[in-house]
Amino acid sequence: MKKNQLMEKAIHGLFLVLGLITVGCVLLITVYLVISGIPAIREIGLIDFLFGKEWASTASEPKYGILPFILTSIYGTTGAILIGVPVGFMTAVYLSKLASPKVKSVMQSAVSLLAGISSVVYGLVGMLVLVLGIRKFFDVPDGASLLAAIIVLAIMILPSIIKMSVTALDAVPKEYEDASLALGATPIETYFKVSVPAAKSGIAAAVVLGVGRAIGEAMAVMMVAGNVPNMPDSLFQSVRFLTTAVSSEMAYSSGLQQQALFSIALVLFLFIMLINATLNFFLKREKE
Amino acid sequence: MLNQALSNKRKSFELLMKGLMLLSVALTAALTLFLLVYVLLQGIPNITWELLSTKPSYLTESIGILPDILNTVYIVLATLLIVLPLGVGAAIYLTEYATNRKVVGMIEYAAETLSGIPSIIYGLVGMLLFSNHMGTCLMAGSLTLVIMNLPTIMRTTQESLKTVPQSYREGAFGLGAGKWRVVRTVVLPGCVDGVITGCILSVGRILGESAALLFTAGFAHAVNGMMDGLAAPGATLTVALYVYAKEQGEFGVAFAIAAILMVLTVLINFAAALVQKYFAKRRSL
Amino acid sequence: MSMITVKDMCLWYGDHQALHHINIEIPEKSITAFIGPSGCGKSTFLKTLNRMNDLIPGVKITGDIRYEGTDIFSREVDVNNLRKKIGMVFQKPNPFPMSIYDNIAYGPRTHGITNKVQLDEIVESALRGAAIWDEVKDRLKKNALGMSGGQQQRLCIARALAVQPKILLMDEPTSALDPISTSRIEELVMELKEKYTIVMVTHNMQQAVRVSDYTAFFLLGELVEFGKTDDSFSQPQDKRTEDYITGRFG
Repeated sequence: MKKNQLMEKAIHGLFLVLGLITVGCVLLITVYLVISGIPAIREIGLIDFLFGKEWASTASEPKYGILPFILTSIYGTTGAILIGVPVGFMTAVYLSKLASPKVKSVMQSAVSLLAGISSVVYGLVGMLVLVLGIRKFFDVPDGASLLAAIIVLAIMILPSIIKMSVTALDAVPKEYEDASLALGATPIETYFKVSVPAAKSGIAAAVVLGVGRAIGEAMAVMMVAGNVPNMPDSLFQSVRFLTTAVSSEMAYSSGLQQQALFSIALVLFLFIMLINATLNFFLKREKE
Repeated sequence: MLNQALSNKRKSFELLMKGLMLLSVALTAALTLFLLVYVLLQGIPNITWELLSTKPSYLTESIGILPDILNTVYIVLATLLIVLPLGVGAAIYLTEYATNRKVVGMIEYAAETLSGIPSIIYGLVGMLLFSNHMGTCLMAGSLTLVIMNLPTIMRTTQESLKTVPQSYREGAFGLGAGKWRVVRTVVLPGCVDGVITGCILSVGRILGESAALLFTAGFAHAVNGMMDGLAAPGATLTVALYVYAKEQGEFGVAFAIAAILMVLTVLINFAAALVQKYFAKRRSL
Repeated sequence: MSMITVKDMCLWYGDHQALHHINIEIPEKSITAFIGPSGCGKSTFLKTLNRMNDLIPGVKITGDIRYEGTDIFSREVDVNNLRKKIGMVFQKPNPFPMSIYDNIAYGPRTHGITNKVQLDEIVESALRGAAIWDEVKDRLKKNALGMSGGQQQRLCIARALAVQPKILLMDEPTSALDPISTSRIEELVMELKEKYTIVMVTHNMQQAVRVSDYTAFFLLGELVEFGKTDDSFSQPQDKRTEDYITGRFG
């Protein structure tokens, strides 16, 4: 009997440890990023680091200002959201409310496929279709630009936005819609004036999720944005994002340069944590 | 009076919204179709037996992706082997053992946080945590992917555990079974579908991953056995695609890999849908 | 005078015939109760009157339904206008997840009223009409989901009144409510018949006796008996009605 109890306790403990692994991982990641990200910020100075307009890590007198990366990430994400959200949202309303079961299921497979395509494949197609297309269409010397990155990101966030919005819209109780129809509203008026407002927390969460995806994407952007650390003054400028700033120099960096890359990662991480907190806020509201 | 038609304002709202919706759906559908067809058309002609069965050689100036295929297989196997017990264990803890709401909330919040972290950050942390100690190698990449896929396995297992009827557990407890025995005999068999779904999703994610592997697993193209392979640096198919396209301008090879990845993505989505259908049917019986 | 005239109406869900040859004339400014065991078609019939059944795939309807002499299935009839004239209150209170004010203003806004002063007036008179103004006038901006079930149902009645319908269809409006809320709704319904024609589905025979002027008894998709409530319950013409109201089945 005693032996049995002991074993039960041991097994309980083992599962507890397994359960806590995720917590451990989050702590580990946070601690590592903070520890490795702080030294460079200290040396460069927080203000110079965050608001410096010039990044020249390999110059004889290196400059480590990441404002261009921050702004590029913000502009790029905003642009992707401005294109991706309306398209994704409208698609979601159609799929959830108007589409026949067959169309809905076919489109949902299409959206899953879109979500499953690897970022490097997006990058590859972007390089050969978008970048070349932009060069020809707008008659610019190089199509690898902020615009190309925005379009690729807009497409990449589309599936998350559609999936999450459809889930939220599907969950709207039919009673709301019946009430609206019975008052003489048309089905379309009902969907946009009753169903959408009723699902607004879920849709907001979808948008925030899209923001997270867009700001965190590295490889596809790396392949289409040109990667020159310019300030993002124009859509056709070759630019570097926070993510690509880390990946484009990591392979050959050392010393303060490498430490500065870790600091960029820390800044990116803080952005993501902020976005996650916002996402959680909306998801909680959706549950209520 | 009943035959009064909709006002112009309402009519134009209807038309506008309908138009925008149809346009958006058409755009999404066209994009998917274009990507699928374009990648396959560009890629399939470049897939040859030689490409699939050799390694790149400077002597013959040829490119082969056999090492990348093998590396991908190794990394998928190693990652699943490690992440499955961890993820399933964590899910069992949450649904069967945990009593403290705060602990559950903390674990779930941590899992959500993990799934929100972008892969480039995983790559960086993986480099610091693993590659800096064990060298750049597939195993380091694999361990990084374990952390990334933990939340997926956890979530799918948890979801399937929730569908195990409480009465089964009560029935087993009522017969005097201990907690562990109940978990082993009643709960574990009930989460098979969640584990399988989780595996499929994880395989898809590992196949598509590149940013997390670039600095942890490296990008060598040597043919190795599984054990030697895990200890050596190596590129997966995705990383190889990136290197060939971005660094070497070998677009033919890149598209060949892209086509292979595309076909695998389609298969994985299909498998996931099939598994879901199969288990949904079995459960309803 | 009758508001709605139904002649030889049948309804199918796919292959299953749910309503058989219904003939009825619903009198103006009175309360007509539909009673019958569950599954007898009374709710289906109610929902046909404002064409809410149109939304269900596979539904086929034959026969003739006229609202003030107009065939409601005629091509010229705009279904949205029909539903504006024939309001509906559902079994479960279903206020929108919006403020009390926006719930009431939803209908008028849909039909093109945007003037704030006008909307304020409509909201107040609708809420007064549903005898709930005094309870909510100080919290019009609060979310309607925070109200009690009985209040929510009266809000839904007010919401239906705000588009100035001629008829109110009520589908078991008190079945989800406690006895006190139920009696308040019943009182309200009896006041409303001064201005509106009310058709009410109920599974509660006492309720039918208490509030209705006319009673229609449905069984297995047929309208078995229709007449003044007092007559139907004191001297039913049909044996099946008698069996049902004396509790022999149901």
